[in-house]
Amino acid sequence: MSFGFFNYWVFIILLMIGLYTVMSRSNLVKKMIGLSLFQISVFLFYISMGKISGGTAPIVVENITDGAAPVYSNPLPHVLILTAIVVGIATTALGLSLVVRIRESFGTIDEEEILEMKDGA
Amino acid sequence: MAPDMLSMSSQFPILVAIIPLMAAPVCALLRGRNAPWAFTTIASAFAFYVSLQLLLTVASSGPISYELGGWAPPWGIEYVVDLLSGFLLVLISGISTGVLLFARESVVKEIPTSQLGLFFAAYLLALTGMLGICITGDAFNVFVFLEIMSLSSYALIAMGERTDKRALTAAFQYLIIGTVGATFYLIGVGLIYMMTGTLNIADIAARFPEIEGTRPILAAAGFIVIGLAIKLALFPFHVWLPNSYTYAPSIITAFFAGTATKVGVYLLIRFIFTVFGVNYSFTGLELTDILLPLAVLGFLSMSAVAIYQTNIKRLLAYSSVAQLGYMILGLALASESGLTASIVHIFNHAIVKTGLFLSVGCMFYVVGSNYLKDLDGIGRRMPITTFGFVLGGLGLIGVPLTPGFISKWYLVVAALEKGSFIGYGLVALLMVSSLLAVIYIWRVVEVAYFRDPPDGAEKEEAPMSLLVPTWLFILGSFYFGIETSFSVGMAKAAAAFLMGGA
Repeated sequence: MSFGFFNYWVFIILLMIGLYTVMSRSNLVKKMIGLSLFQISVFLFYISMGKISGGTAPIVVENITDGAAPVYSNPLPHVLILTAIVVGIATTALGLSLVVRIRESFGTIDEEEILEMKDGA
Repeated sequence: MAPDMLSMSSQFPILVAIIPLMAAPVCALLRGRNAPWAFTTIASAFAFYVSLQLLLTVASSGPISYELGGWAPPWGIEYVVDLLSGFLLVLISGISTGVLLFARESVVKEIPTSQLGLFFAAYLLALTGMLGICITGDAFNVFVFLEIMSLSSYALIAMGERTDKRALTAAFQYLIIGTVGATFYLIGVGLIYMMTGTLNIADIAARFPEIEGTRPILAAAGFIVIGLAIKLALFPFHVWLPNSYTYAPSIITAFFAGTATKVGVYLLIRFIFTVFGVNYSFTGLELTDILLPLAVLGFLSMSAVAIYQTNIKRLLAYSSVAQLGYMILGLALASESGLTASIVHIFNHAIVKTGLFLSVGCMFYVVGSNYLKDLDGIGRRMPITTFGFVLGGLGLIGVPLTPGFISKWYLVVAALEKGSFIGYGLVALLMVSSLLAVIYIWRVVEVAYFRDPPDGAEKEEAPMSLLVPTWLFILGSFYFGIETSFSVGMAKAAAAFLMGGA
């Protein structure tokens, strides 16, 4: 429960909120919102993982006067997450365009109504 | 850079992934009925040729490592071809090429002509993703390729909407579940990176023993195994699969049935045996206790569910989930012979299932329906296609001389190694599941041969361009059921390599 793991608590709580939204909502757009939240929480996890207390941006510092090598935060997880953000956007865009097509074909974006329709058909 | 680095064959590892990736945007620009198809087929065939060359090189002179952009691993991304990944590359690109031969006339009925360019572009991207997953030696790169494959497959499945609008909801469901699975995998990779500071799979494996008892690694293993289980549709994470396979266009079902879930199994094998190591996976994590019951429950319940299906594609989809149970059973046995059985079954099932889905595609081409009620007397209306289906069905059941028998033989051998109680129990359960397979294939046979065709139904065979690729797979499956030196030889060597590398 130490405060030092604050970032992981935020990540896990957001993750669970997202997952719960995906499972509990029958509105497809709300499902997509939950899914985005779910993915974004993982971005936070990666970004906070690379941070080192007192670390600075990884840019080569010239003319160091006091002789101490600067502490850098790890940039790699940030770069990875740029890729994951692009993937997330693509997923959201594709998901929402599917919702649009579902609305056009079924006339509703509510999962339960769609299921009832299938049973009737 | 040494001069020999510039020769074509030294660039083969990157070409496998780059060819379909670069071909995709070009394909999206092509118009007309034949141009996108022809272009895609050529790209896929070229990828197949390159994969074969890679596998031959690996078989003769050991694993290949390729540094992307000249950055040495573990800093740069490394592409690795070993026996297992080479074997999968050949399988995937080969099935893709075979299915594409079938595609030309089949897609015309199911996809609007104006969208063919985009359709085949998505197909090429899905192929890129699958080949990339197999060849990359970088855990994060796997995630990227996994998402390339998944995103394009959601789009491809949704393209089935012209035939049945439920393709849209199936694709949406798959998108939600698939994204959750991929994100779980991403979390797992993040935790591993936190503990090891590296993303290179070989490098992680080398550092793994120091950290294997720690809690973040336990969490990472959990996230990765569950994430991949969702992606490969292991029972009980399979709910997306039957819907997607049922409503996707015929060639997409055939293509994915042979490849998409197999890639998931490959990744699971890669992580369990290469990254985590046999020791940690099966004594630290006790994965046998988790995967074995799921595999057994999976093949029993899904074979039983398949019996009650009214749609022939859905019937085969449930059978696919059951067959995945066999593959997972093999690797859950945690022995070299079990792993061999698993890899052999990846190969055999891919060929048999693709052949079956292609013959269903032929029926759909002529009849316009996948429901059993519309296929009355199909054996008399389309004798050649239906006979192919029956032969494929025998392969699924595991009759001797078919590849299904080879897989089950090795599974039984591996199960018996486990000793008395569990071993015999597993063998008995495998027999039960095979009998269930007899029942669900028999249901189709009954409809096809013992019911009268509807009045006025003419005898009408599918065109040659559909029949030839279908029979290629069906006869190919018999070839590999009799002449097993390639499939079993490769699987044995790969299994020995994986167990020895641990």
